[in-house]
Amino acid sequence: MTGMDSLFLIFAVITLISAFLVVTTKNLFHAALWLIMTLFGVAAIYVLLNAFYLAVIQVIVYIGAIAILMIFAIMLTQRVMNPSGRIFNKNWIIAALLGAFMFIGLVIISMQTGASKTTLPQISGQLDTVSELGQALVSPNAYVIPFEVASVLLLAALIGAIFVSRKR
Amino acid sequence: MFGSINTSMILAILPEIMLFILAGFVFVFDLVWDDSQRRNLGWISAGGFSLIIMISLMLGTPGSDSGLVWGGMLRHDWLGFAFKMLFLFGATITALFAMDVEDLGKKGEFYLLLIFSTLGMTLMASSSNLIMLYLSIEATSLPLYILAGFFKDDDKSTEAGFKYFLFGAMASAIMLYGFSLLYGFSGTTDLDAIAGVIKAGGMNPVLLVGTLLMILVGFGFKISAVPFHFWAPDVYEGAPTVVAGFLSTASKAAGFTVLIRVLLTSYAPASDTWMMVLAIISTLTMTLGNTLALAQKNIKRLLAYSSIAHAGYILIGVVAISELGITGSIFYIIVYLITNLAAFGIVSVVGRITGSDEISAYDGLSRRSPWLGLAMLVVFLSLAGMPPFGGFIVKVLVLASAVKAKLFWLAFVGILNSIIGLYYYLIVLKHVYLYRSENEQVEIPVTRPYAIGLIVLTIGIILLGVVISPWFNVSTIAAKVLF
Repeated sequence: MTGMDSLFLIFAVITLISAFLVVTTKNLFHAALWLIMTLFGVAAIYVLLNAFYLAVIQVIVYIGAIAILMIFAIMLTQRVMNPSGRIFNKNWIIAALLGAFMFIGLVIISMQTGASKTTLPQISGQLDTVSELGQALVSPNAYVIPFEVASVLLLAALIGAIFVSRKR
Repeated sequence: MFGSINTSMILAILPEIMLFILAGFVFVFDLVWDDSQRRNLGWISAGGFSLIIMISLMLGTPGSDSGLVWGGMLRHDWLGFAFKMLFLFGATITALFAMDVEDLGKKGEFYLLLIFSTLGMTLMASSSNLIMLYLSIEATSLPLYILAGFFKDDDKSTEAGFKYFLFGAMASAIMLYGFSLLYGFSGTTDLDAIAGVIKAGGMNPVLLVGTLLMILVGFGFKISAVPFHFWAPDVYEGAPTVVAGFLSTASKAAGFTVLIRVLLTSYAPASDTWMMVLAIISTLTMTLGNTLALAQKNIKRLLAYSSIAHAGYILIGVVAISELGITGSIFYIIVYLITNLAAFGIVSVVGRITGSDEISAYDGLSRRSPWLGLAMLVVFLSLAGMPPFGGFIVKVLVLASAVKAKLFWLAFVGILNSIIGLYYYLIVLKHVYLYRSENEQVEIPVTRPYAIGLIVLTIGIILLGVVISPWFNVSTIAAKVLF
């Protein structure tokens, strides 16, 4: 086992354990904190995959913005801070079985076909992915249309959100 | 790595660019005008949509090449183009019908969201990449969630919006998981390249079926096919009637475009696998939609179940996997869009005056407003598949394609269902023509936008059924793209 492998193992275990705690912790506030831990673990795995930019974005967007927003929402909701009631309903066994089935199936298929066999698009340089990504996002031969559509989508969401939340 | 932009690329997204400019106009006029003038936003939107159709028909028709533009994100072909024009037509009519609806016709947000949703649909029709496809589906759905819950003070509308949102988010999440697995195992997001991988046997069969089913959840939700139909009756009933009309026509047509394109390009090498799945879905959708429609007392719920049943008929043509079948499906979608828009338009007119969507509110409608009664006759007979209206010829086409593909049982189920359908459509007409009501003297006024829209649609239904060849030719050209 190389150093990379053992690092991956450590981060994978951290990610999985904290992800498990997100859904089993009774206190929603603690669950949100565990979620941050999970997202950190994923960011670390991105670093191991040489996707530095993705890792930074993961930290800034998911941990910096989304998770903090969630914590705010939880703290502003009194009832949620003092949890009562069960966190599982009677369908949890079916859901767990389905999840396990899905996981095992994917593992078996991955081992058979080998997802690694597909050739990945080559990226040049070690740390220059950011500028390449930036160029791809605005290049007419790559992702400029999806990029612009995303902005239209966000504009529509903005208008919708204002409309829904505005008082008469 | 920077390519240059040429004219053909601009022409490929001409409708989208113009839609965005139209949104800018509506935005500005919404700010400038006061409340008494804002109704004119409907004229601006409807006029803008029809202007876009005309300009696109003059300048933006696709050429004979493969039409891949913008780095393979979009495909400028006749399949996409025909549907784009159809969505724009649907949006024109919806904007007209919305103008005189209280609490909705004078709101700039409504028209803006309508334009953005239409923009998403036009992109859905031409997407040829999974990333583009997902983004355009979301750009279509997100405004529609808000439109469905547009009456914020009305509990039913709010419930409709929320239900549509929750169902949509769930279906979209499952579909996205399917997309990501498809990408992960094929190594590409390009729809044609995925077909290449599948053809070369690069996909595990279990995985192939798995991703297919997941993607079908998302598409099935959009076209409200069984078992992903549960949202439709509640949402149609609660949402503003014009929005329900838009949901059941343009949004459903958009769902069918991506369904047809993805199944017949990416999954074309595995057509044996999905044909059976889709045949079963089609049978269930027709049968369940029609049988549940029998028991409905509310006209919007009845139309919801009828629209579920029609999704089943359209699927027959897809299941046949032939040029005739797809031609039939596309033609069916055109007829269905025009007919159902008219149906919801009439429901909107009557609902405004009587304040009720119960079928019993339609008693004696032919005496209260003979022209509205006539429009209703044309619309419901076309929905039931009676000659000489559009609904007849398209049913013949999809059933013929099933027979030609040796799917006799499917054609049989289709015919049986048409008979059930005839029964409940005629019951509504019985209320309109034979029943009397005490307020027969009270006329039902039809305002000008409604009149324009309904006249155009009614003439359209008759034209589609009588003058068949131009529509049939367009559908054939669009279907040829896939074979």
